[in-house]
Order: sequence, then structure tokens, then C-alpha cells
Amino acid sequence: MGYVAVKGGAEAIRESNLLEKYQRCRGGRSVCVDDICGNLKKLVDCVMSESSLYSPELAALAIKQAQGDPAEAVFILRAHRSTLPRLYVTTVTDTSGMQVERRISSSFKDIPGGQILGASPDFQHRLLDYDLYEETCGDARAFQEQYEEEILREIGEEKEKQTGEAGRLPRVVDYLRSQNLIPEPVLSDEAPHDITTEPLVFPSTRSIRLQILTRGMTGAVTALGYAKIRGFGISHHPNIGELRVGSLPLRIASDLSGTREEYYIGEVEATEVEIFMMEEQQEENEKSVLGIGLGYGLCFGQNEAKAIAMSVLEYSMEHPNPRDPTSDEEFVLLHIDAVESAGFISHLKLPHYVTFQSKLDRIRNIRKENSHD
Amino acid sequence: MIREKHFAFLDENSKREIRRALLKAVAIPGYQVPFASRELPIARGWGTGGVQITLSLVGKGDTIKVIDQGSDESVNAVSLRSLIQETTGVSSTIHTAQATLIQTRHRIPERPLKEGQILVLQVPLPEPLRNVEPSEYKTKKLHGEADYSGVWLKMFEDIMRYGQVATDADHPVCVNGRYVMAPSPIPRFDNPKMNGSPALMLFGAGREKKIYAVPPYTKVVSLAFDDYLFQRERFAGKKCRLTGLTNVYLDELTDEKTGEVYYQTNDSSYLLEYLNREKEGETE
Repeated sequence: MGYVAVKGGAEAIRESNLLEKYQRCRGGRSVCVDDICGNLKKLVDCVMSESSLYSPELAALAIKQAQGDPAEAVFILRAHRSTLPRLYVTTVTDTSGMQVERRISSSFKDIPGGQILGASPDFQHRLLDYDLYEETCGDARAFQEQYEEEILREIGEEKEKQTGEAGRLPRVVDYLRSQNLIPEPVLSDEAPHDITTEPLVFPSTRSIRLQILTRGMTGAVTALGYAKIRGFGISHHPNIGELRVGSLPLRIASDLSGTREEYYIGEVEATEVEIFMMEEQQEENEKSVLGIGLGYGLCFGQNEAKAIAMSVLEYSMEHPNPRDPTSDEEFVLLHIDAVESAGFISHLKLPHYVTFQSKLDRIRNIRKENSHD
Repeated sequence: MIREKHFAFLDENSKREIRRALLKAVAIPGYQVPFASRELPIARGWGTGGVQITLSLVGKGDTIKVIDQGSDESVNAVSLRSLIQETTGVSSTIHTAQATLIQTRHRIPERPLKEGQILVLQVPLPEPLRNVEPSEYKTKKLHGEADYSGVWLKMFEDIMRYGQVATDADHPVCVNGRYVMAPSPIPRFDNPKMNGSPALMLFGAGREKKIYAVPPYTKVVSLAFDDYLFQRERFAGKKCRLTGLTNVYLDELTDEKTGEVYYQTNDSSYLLEYLNREKEGETE
């Protein structure tokens, strides 16, 4: 009988996995996926956005599995994404077709179509609500029924009276464009690069930047966007031209019926932001005038801070200023991804004794040689 | 809801794309080929580049070996091996000579590799110029123009400051007389094993989204000056406590009872094979 390898690693992993599960279960409770979907919508939205996978059910499942750690939940969903083939690509969705649930502009007191506050914690006082300790499923259901009966029905009746365009609102930015304060955009029909199937090379393109930003870590995107407008970039703060939350219809084109037709496949909830930045613009006679530049943010679900910060960063990279760290696309794009940054930081936990031995060898050697001098 | 697992985890289009990147890497030794790295159920920085290469290449007839820090049994080696095996069902071994596909982190096995074997190295930082130039766009240009003055200057500054080149693991090499390449953080001890190796060596950096290769029988030279030669880690006067071997990379360990420092062969399967050969010798 010869020597055999120690099987310690496999056993340790098994035990660690069991202990991790025990930590989740030791309260003797199990939160169901529907509860997470219903009660933790903002977390579900954040996880879907960062994973770039739109499925509230799977996001809720990942959140349960990750014991509520958003980075871990994103990681699980991204891995799941890798097993799925890309079967279809949706056709272009014009976001002006959004069914708006909430829509505000901080640039004008009143806007065509009106400000719609919608659902938001913005004007809640963030005091701990001790009543939630006692809230039961019965209480939630009672509130739901009352709200649907008294409020939603009324809104529904009102909407029916309106035309088929209900929920579709004119854009704030169109008003400024009509006054020549914002230049008309140059239309681009270039097919977007798909960052999940094509290598990322620099300098990047706008479609690449928007994709990486929209699935960036909420915290990282917010922090870098903040840096840009606080001190490491422009010194004046930008204006939200328009922030919208609502659902966007998605369609795919297919030849199934013999002719090319578009099929509606469902909708996604999204937050969209157009932000106004003061900037110098060149007129045709090469004179520079002050004008308004536009930054754009769009992400899955209701995640307003991220969409706003995204619009700031998008502008910062689209109109680079060499002094601003957030204008360096490599600095921003290579570091805001949840899976990549959390992965590399956490890999420091892996054993590194071979390379550390090499470092020790070098340090000892240099010290020894120098002590001879 | 679909709950089956796909063979070798990744969807076939992804695997094909990775194989194409590998072919390009083999055709241009030492050149970093960008690829659209996929997310895996293991974390970035934990070997996702190497695992993507392995999953794209592995077939049902392969025998895999996975090592981390020279050990087949360290937790990460166990974890990666079980991912590969659970999604493919291929057999595994700890014996270097029996493996067709070897995935490794930070070491090249002590037993010389053979023709037909593939060694897949996990790479955290594929860019040998990163410590002299942070921008990816600029380093790509520097490679294109074979402008490696930054690396040479860094080594020269080390000599000025410390009296010797101060690199530890990941000492840069020149591949096929053209590209300067990061050999992944293998100790300098392993650098010479790449030169003219009969086995194919593939390097995968998942987070940095790069793949590169050293094809069989390629010239690989560790960068050095004529008057300041390349030095491997020196274990002068040290030997493996169990085998007495001196020509292997050693781990530095402390005896918990006596507090005494001792050394042991790092490559665990090489150590095991050596001990078993000795034991057989005794019984004969």
C-alpha cells in the first residue's frame, strides 16, 4: 500500500457548504421566492439590472440562494446566463413608447403631459416603521384590496376615456430641441456591439459604454457619477431633463409565418434618464456658444440613482476631459462590473504561497546581498 | 423551467468562439487575443480564464488534472475539478503523465510534459506592461510596435536600487523572439520549463478577457541582461524533508511541535510518485 493524496480539500468544501446552508436555515424559516419578488422589488430590480438578465423570478431565487447578498445573487445569474444560447435579438425599441408609471423633470416647473410622481420613497421620512413588525400577510392583502378597489379602479376608468396613446408622453428634450438649445442628434444605424459575445477593445464605442454602464454595480456607478459632479469633473451640477420609470414593449422579428413579421414577446420595466449638462458648443461660424449637452441613462427596473449616475458617466466619456478620471473609459468601464471587481477582490482569499515564496526569496536575497556591501 | 446541465457548461457558440481565439493565439505565440469572456459559476479571479479554455477543449475521452499552488488537493483545485467533472463526466488523475489536459494555477508540474499534452494556466494579470502603463489601449500599441523599453527600464532601475532585478513570480519572457509575455505568476523556477516544451501551453485570463499561447517547441526566453543573468529562486542548502530532493520548488513550512522550519516538495503529485517509487524499491 503506497502513499495516497490527502483528500482534505473535498471534505472541507463539503462541510463549508453545509454550514453555509445551516446559516440560512437555522432560524427555522424559509422565505419563499414570491415573498422576495413582492416585498423586495428594489433588490430584485437591482440584481436584474446588474446581471443583465430580466427575470424577477430567477432574480428572487438567486437572492434567496445568496442569502440576500446582491453581488453574490448577480454572480449566480450571470453564470446562469452563460449557459443560455442567444436565440433572438429584439428589434429596436423606441423608448418614447414607454408606458410611463412615474416621470419627473427637475428642469421645468411644468412639462407637457405633467409631472407624475408615481411610486417613490423620495418624500418619505426615513423613520423606522415599527408597525411593519406586526404586519401580516392578511394586513398586506387587506391593503392591496382596498387600494385596488378605491384608487386603481378610478385611474383605470380615467385611462379608458383617453385615447390609445394613454401613458405615452412627449419628451422634455424635444421642447429644448425645438428651440435649438440642444442640437439634433446624429442618427446612427450602426448595429450595437454585444459586450457579452464580442471582445472588449479600446477605444470603445457608445453602444459598448452604455451596455457596461447599465449592468455596472449600482454603488460603483453612483459613486463615480458623484465624483464627476462633485469635484473630479464639472464644478456645477447637472439638471435632470427627464426621469421616467415605466414598461417598454419588446418585439422580435421572425420569418416563421413566411413573411418577416414582428412579434410582441413581453415587456420590461426600466428607468430612463436624460440629463442636461452645460457645455460649450461650436456653431457653424466656429464661434463657441454656451449650450446644453445630453447624457443618457437606462437600466432595468426602478433604479433611479443608478440611471442618473449612468447618464452623468455616459456624458463624461462621450465628451472626455483629460483631467477627469471618469472621462477615462478604461478607468470607468473596467472597474464597475460586480462580477469582475468582487471576483478579483475575493480571489485574494485563495492561497498564494507559491508566489509568496518567490517574493520571500527575492526579499531575502536582496537583503543578504546588500548586507555584504 | 429548464434544469438540465449542458455538456461542459458553456453553450456551444461560446465554446466555438473561445476555440477560435485559441487558434489565433497558437498562430501568434505570446500575443494576447481578446475574447468575450463568459461568466462562470466560479468567481472572476479564481481561474475563470483557464476553466473557459478547459471547458471549450475538453472531450469525453480526456483525462484531466487540476492543480492549484502545485497541489491536486487544495480547495480551489478540488472545486474547479468537480465543476469540470460534474458538467462533463470525464475522468481525472493526479498523475501528470496520465493527464491529457492539465489545468494549473501558479505552477508548471515538475515532471516534464509530453507531446500531445495541453497545459492550461490561469492568469490574473495577462499584461506584462501593466506595471509600466495602466492603459490597455496604450499597452496594445506598445506590443504592436514591440516597444518593450518600459520593461527593460524597470529591470534596470531595480538593479540601480537593489543591486539585482527584483521580480518575483511572473517574471516576463520573450516568446518566439517577438512578444513579451506574462507567464502568469509561476515562480521564476518554472520559467525555463516553457522553453521548447513538447506540450502546448495555453493561458486564460477570464476577468481581463485575454487568451494567449506558447505552442510546442517554441523558444521562450526569460528577460535578462548579459551581465545580470536571469535567476531562479534559490533554495541553497535546502532540501525536501521527505525525499531529500533539491532540484524542485520547495514549500517553506514550520513544524508546529518544534517550531523548526523545514522544506517540502511543492508539487504534491511529484512528491507522492517519488515516495511510492522509493517504497516499491524497498519492498522489492
